[in-house]
Amino acid sequence: MKIFTRRDILKSSAGAAAGVVAGPALLQAAQAWAADSPFTPEKDASIRLLRWKHFVKSEDEAFMALVDAFSKATGVAVRIDNEGFEDLRPKAAVAASIGKGPDIIWTIHADPHLYPDSLVEMNDVADYLGGKYGGWYPIAEFYSKRGDSWISIPYFFSGNFPNYRVSSMKAAGFDSFPGDTDGFLKLMAGLKKNGTPGGFALGNASGDGNCWTHWILWSHGGRMVDEDDNVVINSKETIEGLKYVNAMAQHFLPGCASWLDGHNNKAFLQGECHLTNNGISIYAAAQRENMTNISEDMDHAYWPVGPVGKPMEFHVQFPMMVYKHSPNPMAAKAFIAWMMEAPQFNQHLQGSVGYLSHPLRAYDDHPVWTEDPKRKAFRDTVDRTVPYSHSGSLGNAASSVFADFVVVNMVAEAALGTKTPEEAAADAQKRAERYYRS
Amino acid sequence: MAVLSASGREVQQVDWRKRLLHNRTFLGLLFMLPAAALLLTFLTFPLGYGVWISLTDEKVGRGGAFVGLENYGWLFEDSVFWLSVFNTFLYTVVASIIKFVLGLWLAMLLNHHLPFKAFLRAIVLMPFIVPTVLSALAFWWIYDSQDSVISWILIELGLMDETIDFLGDPWNARWSVIAANIWRGIPFVAITLLAGLQTISPSLYEAATIDGASEWQRFRHITLPLLTPIIAVVMTFSVLFTFTDFQLIWVMTRGGPINATHLMATLSYQRAIVGGSLGEGAAIATAMIPFLLAAILFSYFGLQRRKWQQGGRDD
Repeated sequence: MKIFTRRDILKSSAGAAAGVVAGPALLQAAQAWAADSPFTPEKDASIRLLRWKHFVKSEDEAFMALVDAFSKATGVAVRIDNEGFEDLRPKAAVAASIGKGPDIIWTIHADPHLYPDSLVEMNDVADYLGGKYGGWYPIAEFYSKRGDSWISIPYFFSGNFPNYRVSSMKAAGFDSFPGDTDGFLKLMAGLKKNGTPGGFALGNASGDGNCWTHWILWSHGGRMVDEDDNVVINSKETIEGLKYVNAMAQHFLPGCASWLDGHNNKAFLQGECHLTNNGISIYAAAQRENMTNISEDMDHAYWPVGPVGKPMEFHVQFPMMVYKHSPNPMAAKAFIAWMMEAPQFNQHLQGSVGYLSHPLRAYDDHPVWTEDPKRKAFRDTVDRTVPYSHSGSLGNAASSVFADFVVVNMVAEAALGTKTPEEAAADAQKRAERYYRS
Repeated sequence: MAVLSASGREVQQVDWRKRLLHNRTFLGLLFMLPAAALLLTFLTFPLGYGVWISLTDEKVGRGGAFVGLENYGWLFEDSVFWLSVFNTFLYTVVASIIKFVLGLWLAMLLNHHLPFKAFLRAIVLMPFIVPTVLSALAFWWIYDSQDSVISWILIELGLMDETIDFLGDPWNARWSVIAANIWRGIPFVAITLLAGLQTISPSLYEAATIDGASEWQRFRHITLPLLTPIIAVVMTFSVLFTFTDFQLIWVMTRGGPINATHLMATLSYQRAIVGGSLGEGAAIATAMIPFLLAAILFSYFGLQRRKWQQGGRDD
């Protein structure tokens, strides 16, 4: 089945990028879809969706154009509210606790597993979309299922990969980005020696900080818990990872210890940082602002493979969940199904310019991944990510350990030398045991 | 036995109501009822509920079971919690003392006859008026690891070669956030003390001057005793605001680096709201109450003893 043509995508995304509301073609398609849809909204239904504030403007424009078309075609009024992640997650939790609030929340990570009993089972939507679009990636299914029930729909993932300046990498003696951790350490040293250092966030940066520090831990064979949720972070593998990070941090740009999520974007765009980890937003900003000296000289790479011998990366999931308190669950299901149908999903994927990655296999060859080779790493986001619980279960303990920056702090302590790797690992073990106590 | 007629009962009932409406105790209670209802609904209930949650293992999205003092027991063994207690005390004590000294000094300067007095007083209030988040963002830039304006000036003046790591080094970060809090808190102290200074009769200073009192003696024996009730109130509020500060830290450091600037309030939020452990977060917040009560009691029983203010000796 052909799910997109390049012309369709360019047409729709150009409209979206220009801020045009859904055109007649989109509206007609929406009406046709609504007539045949297996999900019939309730009479006079209206829904409220709360989402995270966009990072790439064209993504939001594409999203709003699709929402508008859905409303016109189905008669379902859709109200969209936006919140930063820090506010969105507590609001989602409060909605679950009190049984009032938005019908749909487009949230982050495995949050649906924190209040599964408050959510509508989405098996019909998941089966419909999975059957039609080549199936879900296993990690997407793992994140959204509890037992046999789908408690959310894995709408998008967001990749977080090394961002680097090509000329600086070549000057450091590398023709291509190193594929292993030994080569990566040599690259860091070379960059520092040439006065073009790299840097990674060591502050309490919930996105970038968690992504790169979990790669350090996992790529060396360390993990927070085993399959039975016993805390095993204080291991020789973790300590090896921490020794590695201590060596790596000697080559960091000064100031990384205080970096939160936005600092590395700024330092990279200012030309002070030549290697960091991020989504595609640095590249998108450089293109948008015509900073060709940056955009033409930068690229993205997969995370190097460590001693475990296979990719161990962490990327963020953004699932959509429908609350049981919604008076219009069918309208909410219809909305999610509509958004993930090819014509709409193509447009949203295109508008996100690589910031968001697909969880359904049918979108592997989408033009957003082929028209610009610098986006290629982000195509494989879902295929390469490991859940933040690693081999443990999803739930309150995994979420709390992640939110309390246990791994970030442990890596920062070892990187800055405020604790030895052994002390940092032992401290993390103690902190994590508090959350995993039975 | 006397039997009352219907009209007799009515008269007795009217008398009863009349007596009640003329009863000062009853009226006092009646008039206090709306305020009491408001306080109970919006102050006592949330406080009590918070304390109750701290005694449960409640998580976000699901209710909790009563676990007694277990959350407090775990906190007692938690190094990050004790670090946040240390940070909170350091932050509160240092910032409050400096805010008081600088605020009092500024108030005394502004109490003199100055040109553009009203304008200057308005300017002094600026840091207090600016939304906290905005001032935190300004300090975020001032302390930026790459683009700090302070570092830039020092480098341009040839006094330094590289930028200062304001928020990356644990102790630098602590002093930096304290400085930001002082900048923001001085106006409150200064303007309130200025109001207090203006209530002191100039004739007292005139009399003291005639008696040959020095400037220090006038300050020590007139200004300070008469200002003490205001100082007590101002410092109580100042300590409370500083002890419970959240926004400045959350915007600037999120409690980092390596939890070096986590205050009890920010750690409570991180654990309860971001991390979902409502019981534990509530326990951290509840653990702040004894310290806050101690600050209030010190202010009222220590600084407001009237005999001392009037030059006598306390019993």
